Order: sequence, then C-alpha cells, then structure tokens
Amino acid sequence: MIPKDLLYSKSHEWAKIEGGIAVVGITHFAQEQLGDITYVDLPQVGAVFEAGQEMGSVESVKAASELYCPVSGEVIEQNPELDAAPEKVNADPYGEGWMIKIKVADEPIDLMSPEEYAEIAQAEH
Amino acid sequence: MPYIPHTPDEVREMLDVIGVASIEELFAEIPDSLRPKSFAIPHGLTEMEVRRRLERLAAKNRTDMSSFLGGGFYDHYVPSAADMLLARGEFYTAYTPYQPEASQGTLQAIFEYQTAVSRLFEMDCSNAGVYDGGTALYEAVMMAVRHTRRKKVVVSEAVSPIYRIVLATYTKNLRLTLVTVPHAAGGDDMAALTQAIDAETAAVVVQNPNFFGTIQDFTSLFSTARDKGAVSIIAGYPVLQTVLKTPGAMGADIATAEGQSLGLPLSFGGPYLGIMTCRKALVRQMPGRIAGRTKDASGRTGYVLTLQAREQHIRRQKATSNICSNQALCALRALVNLCLTGEEGLTRQAALSIENTHYAAMRLCCIPEITLLNRDLPFGNEFTAVFPINAKKIVRALVDEGIVAGFPLGRYYPGLENALLVCCTEKHGRDEIDRLARKVEKAL
Repeated sequence: MIPKDLLYSKSHEWAKIEGGIAVVGITHFAQEQLGDITYVDLPQVGAVFEAGQEMGSVESVKAASELYCPVSGEVIEQNPELDAAPEKVNADPYGEGWMIKIKVADEPIDLMSPEEYAEIAQAEH
Repeated sequence: MPYIPHTPDEVREMLDVIGVASIEELFAEIPDSLRPKSFAIPHGLTEMEVRRRLERLAAKNRTDMSSFLGGGFYDHYVPSAADMLLARGEFYTAYTPYQPEASQGTLQAIFEYQTAVSRLFEMDCSNAGVYDGGTALYEAVMMAVRHTRRKKVVVSEAVSPIYRIVLATYTKNLRLTLVTVPHAAGGDDMAALTQAIDAETAAVVVQNPNFFGTIQDFTSLFSTARDKGAVSIIAGYPVLQTVLKTPGAMGADIATAEGQSLGLPLSFGGPYLGIMTCRKALVRQMPGRIAGRTKDASGRTGYVLTLQAREQHIRRQKATSNICSNQALCALRALVNLCLTGEEGLTRQAALSIENTHYAAMRLCCIPEITLLNRDLPFGNEFTAVFPINAKKIVRALVDEGIVAGFPLGRYYPGLENALLVCCTEKHGRDEIDRLARKVEKAL
C-alpha cells in the first residue's frame, strides 16, 4: 500500500505535488500502526512551515503522534471532513483521508521515493 | 523481610559506581542551613497506644456544632447506602487502571457519572472529574485559552475568592492577563463584565449562585461573549442546579463545579471533586479521561477510555493537563448519591435548602441593625448579612453557644468586614434557625 505517484517522509507523511501545490496525508503504514484514529489536529490555513517542522498531531485510541510538514510552504486548505470523520484516515489514507494542501515554497529535498519508503516501513514493521 | 530497602553492602556498591564516598556527599549541593537538624523520631507505640492518643486528639474537635457555614462546601444529607457501596473493593481506589478496558465496572461507573453530571448541567460532555472546584475552573480557563489562542481572561469578583486564588496561582507564569470585574452589592456587574470582553478575551468567568449567594441569569453576557469569540465559563452548584436555569440553557460553553455537595462528606479540606462539563465543540480541549460506551466485534456493549491520548502518561509534554488522578472514587460517590437521591430527591433537597435559607434571612432581617447585602437580588441557599459590627465578632460570640454562624467575608473582600455569608441546607430545622437569630441578636 505505497502508491507509486507520491513522495514520502521518514516520519510517514506522504505528499503529492502538482503545480506547486502539495496534498499531504499520512501513509497506510502509519495509520495501521496508530490504530483507530479519533482525532486529527491540523494546522490553521495560513500557517507557514519549513519542511520537517511539527504541524499538528494525530490521536488514536491509545496513542498520539506528531505530524511533520513534509514540504516547506503555506497551508492553503484543510480537509474539512476529518473533524467529524477522522476514521477516513484509516479507511482511505491516500484519498479521502488527505489532511492539508500546502503551497510549496521550495523544491522538496528530503522526501523519499516509494521504493525508499518501502524499505523504511519494512524495517519499522 | 525487614523494611530495609538496601543493605550497607548494596549502598557501598552504588556509591562506588557513582564515585562518591558517602551518602552525605550526594547532598553536598544543599546548604547546611536548609538541611534537617535531626531525625529524632520518637519510639514506636503499640496500636492500642496510638489509637488512644489519636482518640484523645480527635475528642478536641467539636462535632456537635450547629453550622451555617457554606462558601462553596455544603452539608447535605447523604443516604447511608452510599458508604456501603463506596466501600466495595472493586471501586476503592483513587485511580482508573492503566489497562482500563480490563476494568469494565470502573469504566461503566465513570461513563454513568459523566452522563449524570452532563444532564445536571445540561451540557454535552463531561470528564471523569479533577481535584476540586478551583482546579476545574482553572482547567476550564486553559481550555478556553487553547481554543481561542487568546490571553485575556475576564473574571467576576463575585466568583469564589478561593477559586480566583487557585486561578491566579496556577496562571502566574503563563502570561495570561486576569481582569477582575468588581462585584456590585453582592451581584455580578453585568454591564462592566460585558464591557470588559473584547477581541483579545479568551474567556469570561462567572459563578451561579455567586459567592454572595446571589442567583443570576448570564444568558445575555454569554451571548455577547460568543459574538466576540470568547468562551463562556460558569461555575455552578450541583444541588441547586435542579431548580436553577442550567449553564446549558444560559448558553455556557464550559460549566464547572465543586462536586462536594453531591454526597461527599465535609472533612476539613477534602477530598473534593472538580466537575467539568462542556459543549461538544470543546471536548478535545478537555483534560483528563473521558469514558465512552461502544460495541465490540460481537456487538456486545463495552466501555472504553475514548479520549486519553492527551494525558500525561501517553504524551507528557503535550498533555492538556497534568492532573491525572481523576478522583474516581469521589466521582463514583457523586454518582451513587445522585442515583440514590434521584431527580425528585435532589430537587426537594434544593427547595428545602432555599426555603430554610430564606427563612433564616427573614429572621435575621427582623433584627433592626441587620441588612442584606444582596437584598434586591434573588438568592439560593446562601445570603450575605451585614451587621453594624465586624462579622468576626458575631462568629466568635456564637461559637461559645455551639453555633458556627457563617463565613465572614472581610478576609477576601476588603470593605465587607461586617458581612457574613450564611448558609442553610435541608438539614437545618426551623428551631435551629430561630436559635441562630436569637443568639445573633444577643451578640449585637
């Protein structure tokens, strides 16, 4: 469950960058590790982050994890569905469970290819 | 096995590893002046001797006084069954277990407690309780600060001074601005409170009945707060909640309370129970544990700790609060009391308390020199009497008669040295109140 058309961070976020806009979420592996997600604390629209900076958190029944911004830029949109239905992250992490859209400021440098991420996920499994 | 945690050999070994010569050397950082001078502990006594000594000490307490003391803590009747149920081993701990789902009974009790207090205050959600009414109010303020990302908090001076001191102490280093709006003759100054709420205000904090016993409707104040993006916080009194307009009906965002009046005995400083309820929109900011009811894979009802990921044992540095001990036994006692007393019983308790208090106010006001501070405002089971002399003098004079006349307000409200907060509950008899009035008249 590692789509080929996305880029990945070591902290298990994915980014789909098109036309200077990155759609961001967490990976299938990450949601599986967390278990049933009960809440996603997303950054405000307008917030500006450097790649790797903490931007929010995901809470599940038994754990909470920080979200790190995979790219540098400004948050331009939040997924409005997640507040009422955070379980969408479990059900469809790469689709309906997307989290934010970011207007990318710099070319991403630290992100990994699907193959590289597969190795990381495998190692942590 | 002797109660010696480490043998001299083990101590030696540990000291060698650290590389210090003696235990004394470990404490070298502490200046001599701050060290204990001696550990001269007296010899042990037998159980019988200890018991005798403690009973002698306990006998110095006077427990036969007729008390009109309130000020946030109230002597309501508790059904005897409450003690029996609370003493059951399954519940007799202050903690929720760290493998919570293995303790369905505890979780069900918490769930039912949450349900009961949410209904009492007509709010959406409740947590499992915090230390006391003061810390509950502080936590409510912090919820508002996190929610609004603002730093100013407007507090009515008619809110319990004890709560306000807790608030000021806990927020001292948090760069919050507490704006205290003076009370107006025992009432909340609605105009001034409304005026004080601006675009920087995180929360407005009031109490009903307020510390002077005055009952008010804060609906319009809360509506203004909402318009300005501020959170409305109200501290309530659980027993009277059955007959008053509820925080929910007034449009409050967070309602807190000291839960002692729900079946917890008065025992010189606690344990108490901080009740916290809020609207669903703020539940994410709520500290502590929230138990939920769900179904397992086979469709059977199960209870779970739904929201605990913000607790310190899971994320210490990001915890919404470091109040983790949730006073589970006190919360359970409140629930047991609510179940035994029932809605009708609680309403009757409230009505009788108010009736007795108004009778007491009437009796005291028949004495020419006495007036009521909040005479133009409705009051519940407490009122503020104003004497021509310092209220402490009245209190002292009546102690000799076996009466605790009330709570003198001068300590917290400069200028109100002659004012006495007098409280009645359903436990007071007319004769007891008549006697209070006679003795007060004599003392003047």
